[in-house]
Amino acid sequence: MLQILASRGDLVLLRDSVEWEGRSLLKALIREVALKGEQVQVLGCEVSEEVFREGLDSDTNSRLVYHDIFRDPQGWTGNWGPLGILRACLRGAEPGPCTLAVDSLSWLLLHAPCSALCQTLRALGHDNSHPGRVRVLGLLHEDVHGPGPLGALRSLAQIEVTVGGNLGFTTAQVFHPKPRHRSIEQTYWFSILPNFSLEFHKEPLLEPRPHRGPQSPTVDAMADLTFNVHLSKKEREARDTLALPFHFSSEKQQSLLHPALASSTSQIFYEPDADDYLDQEDPDDDLDI
Amino acid sequence: MFPELNNLLNVSPDKPEQGKFTLLCDAKTDGGFLVHHFLSFYLKANCKVCFVALLQSFSHYNIVGQKLGVNLIAARDRGQLVFFEGLKSTVEVLFGSKEQPNTLKFIRESSSDLKSLYEFVQKALTPSGDGSATSWKFPVLLVDDLSVLLSLGVEAVAVLDFIQYCRATVCCQLKGNVVALVHDSDQTEDEENAMLMNALGHQSSLILRAEGLVTGFCKDVHGQLKILRRGLLQPKSEQTRSLIYQYKIQDKSVTFFARGLSPAVL
Repeated sequence: MLQILASRGDLVLLRDSVEWEGRSLLKALIREVALKGEQVQVLGCEVSEEVFREGLDSDTNSRLVYHDIFRDPQGWTGNWGPLGILRACLRGAEPGPCTLAVDSLSWLLLHAPCSALCQTLRALGHDNSHPGRVRVLGLLHEDVHGPGPLGALRSLAQIEVTVGGNLGFTTAQVFHPKPRHRSIEQTYWFSILPNFSLEFHKEPLLEPRPHRGPQSPTVDAMADLTFNVHLSKKEREARDTLALPFHFSSEKQQSLLHPALASSTSQIFYEPDADDYLDQEDPDDDLDI
Repeated sequence: MFPELNNLLNVSPDKPEQGKFTLLCDAKTDGGFLVHHFLSFYLKANCKVCFVALLQSFSHYNIVGQKLGVNLIAARDRGQLVFFEGLKSTVEVLFGSKEQPNTLKFIRESSSDLKSLYEFVQKALTPSGDGSATSWKFPVLLVDDLSVLLSLGVEAVAVLDFIQYCRATVCCQLKGNVVALVHDSDQTEDEENAMLMNALGHQSSLILRAEGLVTGFCKDVHGQLKILRRGLLQPKSEQTRSLIYQYKIQDKSVTFFARGLSPAVL
């Protein structure tokens, strides 16, 4: 997955959701860039500098320049517009290759017009002091925006990484939209360690579901059943040969077609009890039929 | 304060977490019991609490507070609780004199930023320096609820900025906590409210979401609580990062149980 950091002049879009946050992945990618000895400019809109630097090693932190708009997003204590500082981020950067991490594009989208943000992002890639050598990592909360702004930013991005999860593991779907070529989509399974290094799981771990809580000894659910769950071969054969009452067979057909035959062979015997009261009168005598 | 909820969240008034933003949501049910829990929890934890109550009156919270073992009048008198009564202030803004300063003056003005409300919170929670604040553990801001601000005509972005300023001051600068309730109006397709809720979710480290049962109202199960912890993407953390329990609200407490294991059906 780290080849997404190989190309330059790109906007890499990290899409996350409330369930699966992408800031950890952003910090992990920043760490990878810093390990190569590059300086990283961070535009921090949603968390404070201390929180963002938390967990990163001192080497990474020394290469990280944090531009803080978290503390004063509206300039209530005297400040400037959000897009102004986005442009200003690169002014103080060292000449040469440069990485700008935006935390987050969602915040900028809420505070600036979408078209102005797209133009500014586009202009960053063609910055005169870093021609074609600026890489922008932008975090985007996709559940905050409508399809319009999302589509606009997606059209600018060369690489999209969607953070998600399955079976307790985090996944990153990397999507390279390539005009005139077939786009590439790959899924990576990974986890982020407390020092923000990435740990990849090479094979998709589909079946092992992590055990919930301490492992309990397995109990045989069929041990004390009062009925048979399975049939033996003999029992199965006996069941198969049994004719069910609702099955229509030729014998049944015969018996229905010749009911007289059946009735002539049967008789009804009636023996009254000694104490039975027998009324000798005709019960229908009064009907005058 | 509900001890069972403390157990689920692994906190106690003796060792509360600091520097966190907790988002409370409710969908198809009333999540007010969570607000009452956190109000009594932080008062018992000896924290300085600023309570921005936009939904109910002081006496309502006081009556419920007494059931949970806290006296809001006493807490207010000793300076532990700063209570902002939104219902009264709204009436004063609409029917009082224009010159009178009011925290909710944004209702009358065309620019709907919540700077005045933020300044109220900042003033309430920043230690004054005369030594009176040293007896409290740390400051806490409690808001019930943010959806009311949208109904008052404030834009969702302004509410987000307000919470961001509060987080910067309370969570980062003063190492305190922010707890806010927002309604999830999924059914009404209110885009502003949905955007506010999702954006706040991204700012929070813990989300408690009270939901009504999809099968409808039930006498013995009042809803389910989803606990979502946001943070590092570590393997096998699914079992701890997202938990769902069902609950039943009783007179003075709330009982929680695993889904389908209500004592009434066992």
